[in-house]
Amino acid sequence: MKDIAPSSFIPDPAQPIMAPGDTQAAAGSEDSSVLGLDPATTKIDVQNLDFFYGKAQALRGVTLSVARNGVTAMIGPSGCGKSTLLRTFNRMYGLYPGQRATGKIMFDGEDILRPGVDLSMLRARIGMVFQKPTPFPMSIHDNVAFGVKLYESLSRADMNDRIEESLRRAALWDEVKDKLGASGLGLSGGQQQRLCVARCIAVRPEVLLLDEPTSALDPISSAKLEETITQLKSDYTIVIVTHNLGQAARLSDYTAFMYLGELVEFGETASMFTKPATRRASDYITGRFG
Amino acid sequence: MEHTVRAYDAELDAITAELARMGGLAEAEVADSLRAIAGRDIALAEAVIERDARLDSLEADIEQKAIRLIALRQPVADDLRRTVAAIKISNNLERCGDLAKNIAKRALVIARSEPLTPVTSSIERMGELVAQRLKEVLDALASRDVARAVSVWMEDHEVDEHYDAIFRELLTYMMGDPRMITSCAHLLFVAKNLERIGDHATNIAEVLYYEITGAPLGDHRPKSDALERHEH
Repeated sequence: MKDIAPSSFIPDPAQPIMAPGDTQAAAGSEDSSVLGLDPATTKIDVQNLDFFYGKAQALRGVTLSVARNGVTAMIGPSGCGKSTLLRTFNRMYGLYPGQRATGKIMFDGEDILRPGVDLSMLRARIGMVFQKPTPFPMSIHDNVAFGVKLYESLSRADMNDRIEESLRRAALWDEVKDKLGASGLGLSGGQQQRLCVARCIAVRPEVLLLDEPTSALDPISSAKLEETITQLKSDYTIVIVTHNLGQAARLSDYTAFMYLGELVEFGETASMFTKPATRRASDYITGRFG
Repeated sequence: MEHTVRAYDAELDAITAELARMGGLAEAEVADSLRAIAGRDIALAEAVIERDARLDSLEADIEQKAIRLIALRQPVADDLRRTVAAIKISNNLERCGDLAKNIAKRALVIARSEPLTPVTSSIERMGELVAQRLKEVLDALASRDVARAVSVWMEDHEVDEHYDAIFRELLTYMMGDPRMITSCAHLLFVAKNLERIGDHATNIAEVLYYEITGAPLGDHRPKSDALERHEH
């Protein structure tokens, strides 16, 4: 008979025993939690940004890194400052008197808030797509060519190539290739929005800012635009403001939750939607306030 | 804090309440199956076998409610963890019920064989320990007490040690008198079932820990596995 005496059980002192305080610390007990990214992977580095609409302060000390070739989603209740933050990235606010930003927004190491920045060049490098489709009242071809002509003088052939490439990347080519001369206004809402994406990327920007790009679209058009965004992220840095939490979860690599002009939580999307670090972000994404 | 959509809270709470009912029922099944073994109680054993169907249907119901909630509410963060944990915990409780039912079936056979009093009392002691662990983890579930879940998880080795002892005791009896082999084999399975119920209590502790903290409990638990030590 074999020896079947059990070896005595020896508890290993090296095993981690959770202190009661640690184990009781439920997810979401911190006031704020902002993940810092490696500078090498950061495309836009926002440092201590304040923003004012006249006397009203809309952003308070926002510090946030936007990852290169990733999708960053900004979520939060209405009026939390997420669209305001997006609009500072290409200084869109400069079009309106009384609006000003203080702090720094480092874009590839250069502060875009300092005076003397070439805004036209900046907006070519950082393109924007808005909530409602804004095709120009001209042909599909001219819509896409419009921006390119401002920055480059291409031959007819090169321009046609650029237009095809942009429309393909925006996942619109197959639907419009036989009617490039038709008016952009004749397209459906979803197609118009993808046309705006094509117009934006035709200029070959480095960053795409999307302000609730699917809020006016039906689910299928939204899905197509989401697929477009996913395809684009290998070449572009994308920042999207959305009220659709499912969309933020599906699309983004990083999520920023803002509330009352402050950045409350910033982290990896998968982590934010399974284990938010702050109570306020948790309450918002689970539908408890906002 | 409550959800803005109140029906969402009601649906989550309904799942939690059903899980609590399931826990109580599983606990009773385990305790009664042990009483049936110890007391050679055929009527009780039959009652345990019959009641198992209720655990099965509760599990199916929790799963259905959870799937419906996922489809309709798209839970995230703690709501998502709570929903997924309910599915996993109900599955563990249903398995506890199956194991108790199996113990009860063996109680029917054992009740009709020669009594084996010393082993039966060892099994009773192991059974009390396992029932206690199940109760502890269900209390931790009801009170959402992470520290308590961790302590259940840490103490799994006690059950394993009992199982090892009973294993050796039964081998001794079987070698001593081959006529005992049938009832000893049944008791060995009873002990194995109890050990499995202990494992399910540990699983529930792990799931509960993840549900509450969002982090996995890891695999640093002290182990005392008979099969690892004995050549087999």
